[in-house]
This record gives sequence, C-alpha cells and structure tokens, in this order.
Amino acid sequence: MAQLSYREAVSRGIAQEMARDGRVMLIGEDIGGAGGVFKTTGGLSEQFGRTRVVDTPISEQAILGAAMGAAMTGLRPIAEIMFADFFAVCWDIVVNEIAKMRYMTNGQVTMPLVIKSGNGGSLRMGAQHSQSVENWAMAVPGLKVVTPSTPLDVVGLMAAAVRCDDPVLFFEHKGLYASKGEVPDGEIVDELGKAAIRRPGKDATVLALGLMVGRALDAAEELAREGIDVEVIDVRSLVPLDTQTLLTSISRTGRLFTVEENPRLLGWGAEIASIAADECFWDLDMPIRRITTPHIPLPSADSLEDAVLPSVDRIVQDVRKGVYL
Amino acid sequence: MSAPPTDRAAAELRSGPPGVDPALLYRPPGTVDRPTALALYRQLTRMRQFEKRAYDLFLQNLVKGTSHLSLGMEAVAAGFGEAMHPEDYTFATYRGHAHTLARGTSMTGVMGELLGRDNGLLHGKGGSMHLTDVGNGVMGSYAIVGAHLAIALGAGWSAQYRGEPRVAVAFFGDGTTNIGAFHEALNLAAVWKLPVVFVCENNLYMEYTPIGDVTAVDRPAADRAASYGLEHILIDGNDADAVYLTAMQFLDRARTGGGPALIEAQTYRSGGHSRADPGKYKGVEEAAAWAQYDPTDVYRARLRQAGVADEEIVAIDAEAAHEVDVATEAAKAAPPPGPDRLMTNVWADGGAAWRN
Ligand SMILES: Cc1ncc(C[n+]2csc(CCOP(=O)(O)OP(=O)(O)O)c2C)c(N)n1
Ligand SMILES: [Mg+2]
Repeated sequence: MAQLSYREAVSRGIAQEMARDGRVMLIGEDIGGAGGVFKTTGGLSEQFGRTRVVDTPISEQAILGAAMGAAMTGLRPIAEIMFADFFAVCWDIVVNEIAKMRYMTNGQVTMPLVIKSGNGGSLRMGAQHSQSVENWAMAVPGLKVVTPSTPLDVVGLMAAAVRCDDPVLFFEHKGLYASKGEVPDGEIVDELGKAAIRRPGKDATVLALGLMVGRALDAAEELAREGIDVEVIDVRSLVPLDTQTLLTSISRTGRLFTVEENPRLLGWGAEIASIAADECFWDLDMPIRRITTPHIPLPSADSLEDAVLPSVDRIVQDVRKGVYL
Repeated sequence: MSAPPTDRAAAELRSGPPGVDPALLYRPPGTVDRPTALALYRQLTRMRQFEKRAYDLFLQNLVKGTSHLSLGMEAVAAGFGEAMHPEDYTFATYRGHAHTLARGTSMTGVMGELLGRDNGLLHGKGGSMHLTDVGNGVMGSYAIVGAHLAIALGAGWSAQYRGEPRVAVAFFGDGTTNIGAFHEALNLAAVWKLPVVFVCENNLYMEYTPIGDVTAVDRPAADRAASYGLEHILIDGNDADAVYLTAMQFLDRARTGGGPALIEAQTYRSGGHSRADPGKYKGVEEAAAWAQYDPTDVYRARLRQAGVADEEIVAIDAEAAHEVDVATEAAKAAPPPGPDRLMTNVWADGGAAWRN
C-alpha cells in the first residue's frame, strides 16, 4: 500500500497497462522527455522507450488521428490532449471520426483508444484553460466518458479504459493532481459504468464528479453536524451511466442535488435530473436542485473563480434549503 | 443496360493534360506490361460504368442523399488500386466509390450501400460517403475534409511500429490542401518517416470554387511538399500508366522505410461536384479540352496502338457492363435494412446501451 498523488496514479495506471500489453502506446505533447506538462507521465518514456511513448508537435488533429488510425489497425493507444479546452481544435476527430466509425461501418472497425486530458478549474488559469468539458463528450453517441476523483480510481479506471474496446475519454481533474490517496500494490482494474457511494446517508442524495466530490463530502460533514444525513455519490462514469445506483439512492432519500463544475446549460446533471424526473418522480420529496457554475466563461482571479465554482458553502446552503423546504 | 463508353477516335485526343506544362510533370521509371495494362483498363471501365450507373440511379431517386462521382478521375484510383498490395490501407473521401472498387470490394456491396439496401457494405448505416471494406484494406471513406489524412498517418504509424510492410494511402482533393489537418499530417508523417503516401487528386475545383482562386501557390499539393522536406511530384492523373508507375515507386519506397510521399495528380472532374450539379461554374473551353483527354479514352487508344484487338477491349467493357447490371439488379431487389440494425454496433459489445 502506498500513498500516491493523483498525478502519480495516472502514470502508475498507464505503466501497469503498458507493461501488460505491448500494443498500448502513449502519444501527446511533452509527455515523453518532459514527463507531461502536469507530470502525469513521468518515467514512462524511460521505462517503455521513445517508440512507445511518443512526443508530438502541437498538432492535436494529428495526435488524435494517429491514435485513431493506430487503434483501427491493431494498437491500443492512449493519447493526451494537454488541456481539455484544446479538444475544441480537434473535436472533429473525436466526434465525427472516432465516435462514429464503428456504427457507420456496422461494426467493421473497432476503436480501442483512450484520450486522457487535464480538465476543470480552480487553478486560476482563466477561461481557456479551466473548462469542464465532460458534458461535450457525453452528448456524443459512441464515446465513453469517465472522470476519476481519487488516485485509486485513476489507476483502476485507466486500466478499465485501456482494456475497453471502445473509445474512452478520460478526464483528469487538474485541481486534483496534487491530492493524495492510498493505492494498494499489485494490479488494479476497475470497471467503467459504476458510480461509487462515497458517504451513505438517508436525507438527500448529492451527486458529484471530479473536484466536486471532495467538496460535496466536506459539505456533508457540515450538514451532518446539523443533523442532515447526506448520501454523496461519485458519479465517476458519465457514459455508461450507472443509473441503477443513482436512482436507487434518489428513491431512498427522496431528494436529489447535483454538484456540477460545468456552466449551467446542459450539464451532466441536467440529464440525470431528467432521468430521475422520468423514473422516480413519485419518490421525490422536493424539486431537483442543480448546483452549477453560472452560465459564464470562467474568470481568472481567485476571488472571481471562487465565487462561481460550486463551493462547500454553497452546497451546504442549497442542500439545507432543500431539505427544510 | 449501361450506356456504351464514349469512344473518341485517337485522332481527337490530346497528348497530355490541358493547361499543364509538360516539363513540370514527373515521369516515373519503368514500363507497364500487357497484363497490367489490361488490368488497368478493366478497372477504368468498371469505375466509369459504375459511376455512370450511380448517376442514373441518382436521377431516378434510387440513390438518395448525395453522391460524389469520380467521372473523369478514374485513372488515379485505377493506377493506385493496381499498384497497392492487399495488405495496404486505403483512406478515401466521400468521393470514394472508385477507390473502394479498386481494392476488390464487391460492386454489389457498393451499389447496395448507395441504394440504402441491406445488402450494402455497411447495411445502410454509412451510405455513399462512408464506404468501408476492412477485409479488402479499405479503411474508410471520410466526409470531413482533411481528417482522414491524420487517420492514415495513424495507420502508417501502427504498421511501422508493428514492423509490417504495409503502406497507408490517403486520397484527397486539391481543396483539402488548405485545411490544417493536411499540414499536421504531412509534417508528422515526414518527421516519423511513416509509410504513408498522400495522393492529391487535383481536379481544379473545391466544390464550386476554382482552386487557384483560393490557394497561395500554383500547385496546391506539390508546391507545398518542400515545406515538409518532400519532393515536388506532379503527375498526369489521367494517364493510368503514369499513376501506376508512380504509385509503384513511392509505395515501394514507403514500404521499405523510405518515408512518405506527397503526389499531386492533375486530373479533371468531368461531372459535377455532387448529386446532379451541372457544373455551370466550369469553363466551357476548359471542359471541352479535358473531354479530349478522358482517361478511359486515352487508355483505350493506347491499348489499340499497342496491338490489343478491338474484340478484347469490347469484351472487357462488356464484362464490366455485366458486373454493373448484376450489382444494380441485386441492389434493387434487396430489402431495405430493418429496424433491427438501428441499435447495433455503437459499441464493441454490439449494442447501443449508455446506461444500466
Ligand atoms: C471541413 C469541411 N469543410 C467543408 C466541407 C464541404 N465540402 C465537401 S467537399 C468540399 C470540396 C472539397 O474539395 P477537394 O478537396 O478539392 O475535393 P473534391 O471534392 O474536388 O474531390 C467541401 C468544401 C466538408 N465536407 N468538410
Ligand atoms: Mg477538388
């Protein structure tokens, strides 16, 4: 058992899979010699060599095109898009090519690839280096989408993503890279499509993702002191979505809150709210509440960014208000 | 029945592509033997007759949506198709019928896909613009301009890493040389010395706009090659022999570790861009000049000159006409894909579930 940082867990997960399977490659900007801009790929080029850990020019379309062409012809590449914001310059390859190829060819093509990317805010990087874009990906048929929130999940979900025969977008949260957690020794393989109940509770269900999971847990501790018993679920996987775990909890507590870092419109919580309204409406004791960033680009200054990302205080207040409704 | 192929007398034909300084044309080494010449002609006439039929069926509203034909441009597909090895990869565009047929794909499968029938290559889930036949090395036809150059790069990277003697060939138009993916793919293919051959079919137009009006250099692909350390290769894209010999040379070089090539094939789209586009934006004189340099006519005249008997040529044409007829009838008779196809093959498990 070791204490690993979230960023070390990324390279641990990749190393585990590259050692197991010679078809697994890693490709991206500054990932080899430099070990990654976020130092999530440190040591991998030394361990696996520069033919498997490949530094590229600033060519996001070529990076993802290379990963796609390689996946279609027998390799299992992991590609890095440094900041998730940069998906915008290669979104065609993701959405029109990678996501659709199997369906359009009625299964002639298999696309076992992973795209890992640094996602999310809290680091004062401003509107072009802070977005949470999981919901862009969630909106596209043919993509699997995961966002781990702990070092252990990073390793296990990376392994599951690499072993999956479908394309997986693996969103690392930049605000979590320095966080630490226990990671047992030996091979770790998790499962896509499974949410995790991080704190059981009976009064309300709070769903969160990535950086928001910790904030939801802190909020739950505060609320517990007031006698409000909150269940916090780490959604982890947006596609496939573990609706069973989510709906079971929502039906039991009768109250649903989502904590979403993304701007308001069409966040992942909106989809879950709609599913809950469809499928467990009669179990609900109050309207569903989404706690999100307002519908604005993210500002940079500490005071401004802190004011808009869902905070522990805001979660506490919103849940309290809902529960006493 | 298919319309008989046009049969312009040799005397009416031009000796080279209109508007191209012959001194600029790359002359590949080698000669084409007789069996190869007949194979090239067979491909040309199959493609020509298939595309004409596809056009007729579009006018009859049996081919729906859109379709982009290679009429007048068949020599590029034929030349490369004959030169490629079975294990090589084709990456085509929405204008990909001929490139797909060139790899040995069933004509019935292609026709069925155009008609949206269940006997189509993709069971109606892809359509004319996405023809794919992985079993024959056709790794897809792509309809977002430029993307497949980057994807072909990946197939080349994979072949290089696995140490397999395969070449990825990406076909694209002149218009595609102005999108970023073209430049990203060329640079990386050159840096990594990948077995990828990039083939620009310069048919003078990006959709309806003359390529010269929107491009900073005269030769949209060849003049850019130097930026990536590659040689300037402009070929006569209506001469199936020139295409074939150039393909042989650079496929072989790529296969044996010599890295990528960028080949610009000068050709002309004798039809419209897509659907029933009458091509009014094309110059009358320009079109007339290119009509005198039609790749099938040129090749037929060449075969005759080489002493191939008329009967043999007619027999090849008739065989292709029969193949087109059979494919047409089979596609017309095939049922449309049923709703059971809809929710399949989003995922590798065969299904489409996004939740439990
Ligand atoms: C990214 C993108 N932009 C625009 C289009 C629309 N479009 C389809 S074909 C085409 C012209 C392409 O010209 P060229 O590359 O010369 O190929 P050609 O059709 O002449 O074979 C355009 C603009 C597209 N499919 N993708
Ligand atoms: Mg063109």
